[in-house]
Amino acid sequence: MSCVFITDFYMALTCIQLCQRCTSLLRSRSVGIITLQYSTDAQNWPAALWNSFIVPVLPSVLQRSPSPSQTRQRWNLGVRSYCESHAKVQPSQTKHGNTDELPGTDMVSYQNPLSHQLRDGGMLLKEWQTALDLDDAPGHSALEEISHEEAVRMDIPAALPPVSISLKDYVNESETLSKLVQLGVQLWKLEQRPNVGSMLLRLDFQTDVTPRLVFLKQLGVEDSRLGYLISHNPFILTESLENLQARVAYLRSKKFSAESVASMVSRAPYLLNFSVKRMDNRLGFYQQQLGLSAQKTRDVVVRLPRLLCGSLEPVKENLKICKLEMGFRENELQHIVTVIPKVLTANKRKLTQIFDYIHNTMNIPHDLIVKFPQVLNAKYLRIKERHLFLQYLDKAQYDPAKPNYICLDKLVSLPDEAFCTEVASATLKDFELFQKTM
Amino acid sequence: MTTPSVRVFHKLEGLFSIYKPPGVHWKLVRDTVETNLLKGINAAPPPGPRQRVQFLAEPTSVMAEGSSELTLSAASVPALAHHPLVSGPEFQHIGVGVGHRLDVFSSGVLVLGVGQANKALTDLYRSHVTRDYTLEGELGMATDNFSHTGRLIERTTYDHITRDKLERVLAMMQGSNQKALLTYSKVDMSTQEAYELAVKGELRPDGKSPPIMTGLRLLHFQPPHFTLEVQCLNETQRYLCRILHEVGLELRSTAVCKGVRRTRDGPFTIQHALTHQHWTSPDVIQAIRQYRSSRKAGKAKHTQPGKDTGTASQRQEMAEEAPVNRVYFVFVKLF
Repeated sequence: MSCVFITDFYMALTCIQLCQRCTSLLRSRSVGIITLQYSTDAQNWPAALWNSFIVPVLPSVLQRSPSPSQTRQRWNLGVRSYCESHAKVQPSQTKHGNTDELPGTDMVSYQNPLSHQLRDGGMLLKEWQTALDLDDAPGHSALEEISHEEAVRMDIPAALPPVSISLKDYVNESETLSKLVQLGVQLWKLEQRPNVGSMLLRLDFQTDVTPRLVFLKQLGVEDSRLGYLISHNPFILTESLENLQARVAYLRSKKFSAESVASMVSRAPYLLNFSVKRMDNRLGFYQQQLGLSAQKTRDVVVRLPRLLCGSLEPVKENLKICKLEMGFRENELQHIVTVIPKVLTANKRKLTQIFDYIHNTMNIPHDLIVKFPQVLNAKYLRIKERHLFLQYLDKAQYDPAKPNYICLDKLVSLPDEAFCTEVASATLKDFELFQKTM
Repeated sequence: MTTPSVRVFHKLEGLFSIYKPPGVHWKLVRDTVETNLLKGINAAPPPGPRQRVQFLAEPTSVMAEGSSELTLSAASVPALAHHPLVSGPEFQHIGVGVGHRLDVFSSGVLVLGVGQANKALTDLYRSHVTRDYTLEGELGMATDNFSHTGRLIERTTYDHITRDKLERVLAMMQGSNQKALLTYSKVDMSTQEAYELAVKGELRPDGKSPPIMTGLRLLHFQPPHFTLEVQCLNETQRYLCRILHEVGLELRSTAVCKGVRRTRDGPFTIQHALTHQHWTSPDVIQAIRQYRSSRKAGKAKHTQPGKDTGTASQRQEMAEEAPVNRVYFVFVKLF
């Protein structure tokens, strides 16, 4: 019989050995959206091996009970040999009688062509400088008996695939990943982002992750928020500590208190990845454009820290809309922004739709809107339904000067039950029946 | 292995109706309902943490010559590969299908189906169930898209329009629609069978047909506003706005549509449609159960035709809803 069949088990063993010991090699490969190339089809293996295997092939499993240093040496040799001369699979020379056994039990041993001596078999590698000859008889059989001590000492680590689309293949073996899971990081979301999965695998928990976690804790970020922070911004683990400290020092120098810095960092995970210059630019912009004092600007930024993270273009457009389209004055705009900073990053279309309905259909003047800026933050459908319900009940009166005045704040922020009983003096059922007539 | 999430999902598989508010695209509505249902499904407690066994070689203090024992200790270590933070929530997508769609301008009953019930949805879509609409119109205006939000083209007077003129126009339209119904039903008009079907009101178009109105009624008339109730087949909401426009033209004036509201889609009425604060999994489960029980009650009533239904008016009502019942009986028994 001419073909050499390779068992799953031994194939796995070789891969396992090299995969387990070559984490450094894995770091140089990207893990992520590359599909798994590991093939278990015995027929296709010889050809598929050279083409698909990224990780080089290691010395054979025949090296029973090798000493770690010896194996590492051999592995290093193996790496070099792979790089120099594309891996060659050398069949071991054994008795031809073995080929009469079941096909699945034969195996091929992988040697590197450099000279080193096999312990068993007594064959010097120098003698094996031939190319792969699949017609040769296979080497040691899987059914060969070994002593108990050797069996116990044989370390069979888990089968780590060289490439994968998911981090769940590595989470049991990787200390970093398992510790991140314990922190509460959502690995399933992070692995969908390009290159983030491989970056996390390459991190070392003691040298990379721990110092940054300690830094965040010292900053005042709560333990329960660390998971959220890393889930949204895994790159905080690759940012250099000097940069992080410099940015925190900058914020403190701008007279942000320690608690406010901690709260800002936990609510805007990307904050500390931005340079000091960028943060300075944004703080300056807000202070200048809104014309607020330093303390008020600080308050606005602490309320909505993502103002320092995103682009300034949408904010500029929103400010233009408020001034020109809606016609708010400077001081009115300042008051709105200090109460509801979200207006600066709101969706333009929705903002104009709500304002148009409130001002033109409900006939609410500007000064009343400025008194209750929460209406600009509410949902359009909610305002519309409640206003039409009140109109149907003849209670839609928003002028504080006249009797039976309905406060805009109550119109918008009360939950349905409370709104129906307090403001409209009707039942929830009536409100739902009315909603179905819209 | 059925986890609690899978059991919740099976409870959610069914048909239910929601009330679509005006001004919202139907796709947004469907996505919102899907997100809410996913939240409810994934809120179920996840399956317990799995463990795997790892064998560790204990160091043998005494290496006996010749015989050494196999000393391996089994340790149960947690397997994190199936932790929800690593593999994600159990359900990341469910199939929520939509029945007859509603455009952005209209509102009303929108039938949705989850999971296996989408097959019944396709049957509903293909069967000839009628739908009820309430159209609000305003006389004296004409716009480019037949609704009051479009660009104004013409303004006309409407003082000469009276209620009976309007009703005459509606009767004429209903007549032409009835003729179309007879044509498209492809039934031979000179047979006894055709007469009986027509008397009971069970004529339906066979195969594809243009939009046909099987019923048209004036609900409310206060110039310039008026309200029509329409029962139709194979329609689109834009077609209904056009109907209002044509009504205006027939009256030597113009009219625009101010609102299209679907009050019934086959067996789903507006009474049990869920408003947007009730688009959550417990409310949807209850709506599905209620629909199924009402179907069972309807089937029980239907399979006992000898039962005395009471007065003549009641019998007439039964006759009116019987064609609708009979037509969708086929897919109803699935859900």
